[in-house]
Amino acid sequence: MIFVFQVGELVRRKGSVGEKRMAVKYVWEGAIPLQIHLHKSEVASHPPPPPALVLAPRIGYLPLLVHLIKPYFKDSLPPGEDSIWFDYKGLPLKWYIPTGVLFDLLCAEPERPWNLTIHFRGYPSNVLIPCEGEDSVKWNFVNSLKEAAYIINGNCKNVMNMSQSDQEDLWTSVMNGDLDTYTRLSPKIKMGNIEDEFSRKASVSSPQSRQGGTEIDVAGQVKTARVPVRLYVRSVSKDFENLEDVPEMDTWDEISYLNRPVQFLRKEGKCFTLRDAIESLLPEYIRDRAQRSGEEGEQRTTDASDVSQETRGELKLVRIQGIEMKLEIPFSWVVNNLMNPEFYLHISVLVKEPQR
Amino acid sequence: MDSAGEVVNDGKITLEGFTVAARAFADKWKRHNLSFPPWSWIPLINRTMLKKEEGYLSLEKIIILSSLEESAEEESLDVTADWSEKEESVDLTVLVQNVEDEAHYYDYHIVYSASYMVPMLYFRGYSSDGKPLSLDVIKRDLPSSSVSLLLESKWTFITQEEHPYLNRPWFKLHPCGTEEWIKLLSESSSSDGCQIPVELYLVSWFSVVGQVVGLKIPREMLI
Repeated sequence: MIFVFQVGELVRRKGSVGEKRMAVKYVWEGAIPLQIHLHKSEVASHPPPPPALVLAPRIGYLPLLVHLIKPYFKDSLPPGEDSIWFDYKGLPLKWYIPTGVLFDLLCAEPERPWNLTIHFRGYPSNVLIPCEGEDSVKWNFVNSLKEAAYIINGNCKNVMNMSQSDQEDLWTSVMNGDLDTYTRLSPKIKMGNIEDEFSRKASVSSPQSRQGGTEIDVAGQVKTARVPVRLYVRSVSKDFENLEDVPEMDTWDEISYLNRPVQFLRKEGKCFTLRDAIESLLPEYIRDRAQRSGEEGEQRTTDASDVSQETRGELKLVRIQGIEMKLEIPFSWVVNNLMNPEFYLHISVLVKEPQR
Repeated sequence: MDSAGEVVNDGKITLEGFTVAARAFADKWKRHNLSFPPWSWIPLINRTMLKKEEGYLSLEKIIILSSLEESAEEESLDVTADWSEKEESVDLTVLVQNVEDEAHYYDYHIVYSASYMVPMLYFRGYSSDGKPLSLDVIKRDLPSSSVSLLLESKWTFITQEEHPYLNRPWFKLHPCGTEEWIKLLSESSSSDGCQIPVELYLVSWFSVVGQVVGLKIPREMLI
């Protein structure tokens, strides 16, 4: 089920709680059709098995799909113990990155179905950290949740203090894509929402604002807050016209991974946009900096005919949950609606390198 | 950033502070810890989107010798059992070779965590042929005191995670509550309970963390 929706539409409708739930629902229902091929070195049957067709939740993880995939291939496998991993065009896939993020990052031009190869042997332990199935994925999820909690609240207490059964249920709700259960349980972590006047909910029963690492000004409004963000930056050296012209990725060294909180700033009457957020992480790629207040004292021009424009790096594409984002969208809306269940906002970015 | 704009606040440190502290740490180490090679500052300037001042500290190819005698003994026992009919000289030849093969090399990286605003220690071990060592083997190289600490403690443990910059599995030391014990260190070490000065932040941090992996720092560094 491929979804594309007008983000602008949803933002314009000054949301009630119900509207917000719609965007989150779309995110949770988002899925990528996969066509999974058994690696030819592991085909021990003749004829070789056809590929498995699986619908992978965007907010899920590849190892969680193994129980759906394995039945297709179990009769074809050579004897021995399984150590399962996936690759896309030869690139081993990092299993702890949500499936949707992998797709947005590795397929500049979205490939549907997405053709992946599954291996049951020969785990590349020199490049991939080990994965022992669901337990490893769950551990990674809870760890990310703790890190997000620390960023938002200044401590991990709320996650640590969750009862074992609540933690289990929360994880299960994510595994099953059960948004209702997740919505019931997630307030226990008290992560709150970023609010500014550009994302204020009409309803009085809106979730509590963020505490802890957040500064509140005199009027009780959020002034600054730290937002958990994971930024995946893929850079190309040459410009391109179509996304299908973007070269394939051979190694993960071509991606710069930034696991770094964004400092959300609320200024009176000024909207903190997605552009502002990305600029704080990638200052070299945002244009029109001279249009901002002259305090910075930097020598950049915005003259369209300026030659230096070509030598500067350029932000070509920003994708979140499969949506190509317009940078003027209020960052608070993006975070509150498009983050993953562990409270991280994953942003895939394609940039053209500056010419040096 | 911190509310007071301080570089070290509440046991935590800013990115800018980490860069300063790292340089200070590397300098002091070079001056006072002559039994070890110096730490290198690895800047992240090749990744064009990061500011020039970012980087991490690296100390590589440290040979851990503590396991050599132990394994040599084990090997010789095995060797004797296998080669019971052969002469002594053959056993010795095989023994010497095994000792060389048993040298363990370690790389240590001190990396800043923007999420927790504290440093993290990443490390990995490998044998002379470059093959990575498993955590079980590494634990045998650690001082016995830290092994029991690891097993019993809730606050520090080692996990295998991906290195934040190198796309390879490394081991990470997780001292939970780093900022709390750094605060305690600073309170106890100064009369007016002031913050640790940024130049001493990593020295203090390493004085605790380093011990877990068997790296001690001389007292002169703490001044």
